[in-house]
Amino acid sequence: MKTPFADQFIAAKHGAGGPAMRALIGSVFLADVEDSEVLAMDDGAAIPFGDQWLVVTTDAHVVHPVFFPGGDIGRLSVCGVVNDLAMMGACDVLALTSSVILEEGFSIELLRRIHASTQQACREAGAKILAGDTKVMGRGEVDQIVLSTTGIGVTRRVIRGGGLQPGDAVVITGTLGDHGLAVLSARHSLGLQGDLLSDVAPLNGLIRQVLLAGGAGIHALKDPTRGGVTAALSEMAERAGVAIVLQQQALPMSDAGRAASELLGIDPLSVANEGKALIGVHPDQLQAVLQALHSHPLGQAAAHIGQVHASEKPALLIDTGFGQRRLFEKDAEPLPRIC
Amino acid sequence: MNYPPRLEFRNPAQGRALQQRLQRAVDRAGREVTVMHVCGSHEQAMARYGLRSSFPSDLRVLMGPGCPVCVTDAPEIDACIALAAQGLRVLTYGDMLRVPGRALSLADAKAAGARVDVIYAATQATEIAKQSSEPVVFFATGFETTAVATAALLLQNPPENLQVLSAHKWVPAAMEVVAATADSQVEGFLAAGHAAAITGYGLFEPLVQRHQLPVVVAGFEPLDILAGLVELVELAIDKKAQVVNAFPRCVSRDGNPKALRALREVFELGDGQWRGIAEIADGNLKLRPEFAKWDASLTYAETLRSVAELPERPWASDCRCGAILSGQSEPSDCKLFGQECRPEAPVGACMVSSEGACRIWFEHGLDGHHRQRRVGPSPA
Repeated sequence: MKTPFADQFIAAKHGAGGPAMRALIGSVFLADVEDSEVLAMDDGAAIPFGDQWLVVTTDAHVVHPVFFPGGDIGRLSVCGVVNDLAMMGACDVLALTSSVILEEGFSIELLRRIHASTQQACREAGAKILAGDTKVMGRGEVDQIVLSTTGIGVTRRVIRGGGLQPGDAVVITGTLGDHGLAVLSARHSLGLQGDLLSDVAPLNGLIRQVLLAGGAGIHALKDPTRGGVTAALSEMAERAGVAIVLQQQALPMSDAGRAASELLGIDPLSVANEGKALIGVHPDQLQAVLQALHSHPLGQAAAHIGQVHASEKPALLIDTGFGQRRLFEKDAEPLPRIC
Repeated sequence: MNYPPRLEFRNPAQGRALQQRLQRAVDRAGREVTVMHVCGSHEQAMARYGLRSSFPSDLRVLMGPGCPVCVTDAPEIDACIALAAQGLRVLTYGDMLRVPGRALSLADAKAAGARVDVIYAATQATEIAKQSSEPVVFFATGFETTAVATAALLLQNPPENLQVLSAHKWVPAAMEVVAATADSQVEGFLAAGHAAAITGYGLFEPLVQRHQLPVVVAGFEPLDILAGLVELVELAIDKKAQVVNAFPRCVSRDGNPKALRALREVFELGDGQWRGIAEIADGNLKLRPEFAKWDASLTYAETLRSVAELPERPWASDCRCGAILSGQSEPSDCKLFGQECRPEAPVGACMVSSEGACRIWFEHGLDGHHRQRRVGPSPA
């Protein structure tokens, strides 16, 4: 049932990456668009470029707190864009641009630390920021710092989030929910911080290995950021018109992440990750891909978590070991402003 | 820090063994078997682990009056709104905010400018009252578990500007009503482990004797629920009316004496309307006269009298919350379910609360009590 867009004002849900955000984009930004290329609404745009594709993507970052266990807004701003490029197959980053909006009174020492962390992430990703812009707003007109990053990469083959095929295996490159849970536990001083670190990392190196190992068997890639694995896989199932069944027992979680999610009653499947990818791979290439992941530092905990099935209606289900249930995207992000 | 490697009571192999036992028990009966649980947390856990998808097709597990938010009567909410409308500051648990009264919800009142704040623990009410020079109304809702928290704060001699509007309910009284319903098909109850940790399982013995129905107290992990159901279904089929404690790691026969003492010291049982169900004898927990100075229903008696005359909402006749809460219907039997009535625009209380049967079913994609259609191969 398609409900007409009735909202009058922007609410937090419109930025949560879920159905409300897609409805907003559809009703405002794409309301008068007929161009199918624009309507594809993927993580980035692919533009023909000689015998390759130029991939462009952009991302704004508003995390609170600005420094969180395992990372900060600077590292996040690089990884978010590098990962969006990698998810379309563009593991070589040609250039990044960065715009920063600062609140009057923000510490320059903190800005230096954020910049150093930005540069470190660039080195890890083999990327450079080649253009930038700086703006300052008055006290209270913006909260501390907003970083907006754009990235350009190239690839010979564009991979789409919606490329899943029946029979494919679904793989995640590591443990679930660490970023969102780490940010939340930092915000609420849960005392788990020592063990619970954000996973924020550039994935282009890891995905390059995955693409080498899996070749044409890699059918779909997506990073489960806002809304977590549930939102990412729901969208992938929707676009491909398939059903995905996850195995609860196979879901990798860090001990601290499991403890935090039990303590807070938060479903780790719906919490953001910033250094994980979901991979849809043909079963023939599954073992090679898992092997490639396990031999990379960022893929140690990678696991085969589910299976793609032909289905009349797109669906995401989880087999808990006790039975099956459906997973739904929720508009109410358990934690706003996490990326 | 060290964490346990895996949480206990979620072992699928043990779960399958229990599921098979459940199937054998129902097969032995050779007919449909109907039992009722009375706890939103049980329904949540069943939904979260997909337990209903593997129940025997001839087993009906109904959710009874187990959602405290859902059974809070519309006039009780209206009473709270009336106090807020008078300019008083109101404190409520978050779940109550969006539950419609006859005209408005507390959230509506808040949007219209009333001072309504959400608290997470009863103790916060005392803290807020201490910091305030004006009256603060605590809308005290919930079953035995939250009633104990209300009792504890009143026993600490809180400031007199803290005014408690009690809508607390006593679940065993509602179980009596269900059991006594002439056409009830319920053959046994699965009782809530956390409430029984306070009241003790001995509390259910008179009910079992009177109605000759078994009661099994169960916990909230998937193995707890399955083990409880196996026990309950076997007792029901064998027509053995007894109380069984399937949650012994938390529940004793006598319960928590300190908590019970507090409960009895502060509250007395009184008749009360449960939303959509009935007037239930001894179903409400009312403040004893000794606590009159904190009793908002006495302090503001005049304002509250005007509440009785509010008209009903037009849709109330289609909403099947009452039938669902008393185990006569399931959420999917209601024509509003998932259509006019959705979590973002709820018609009935059962779609509002995270413990409401309709909300739980809607959010987990359940649309009937029978076996859900599986996708992919069946487990070995």
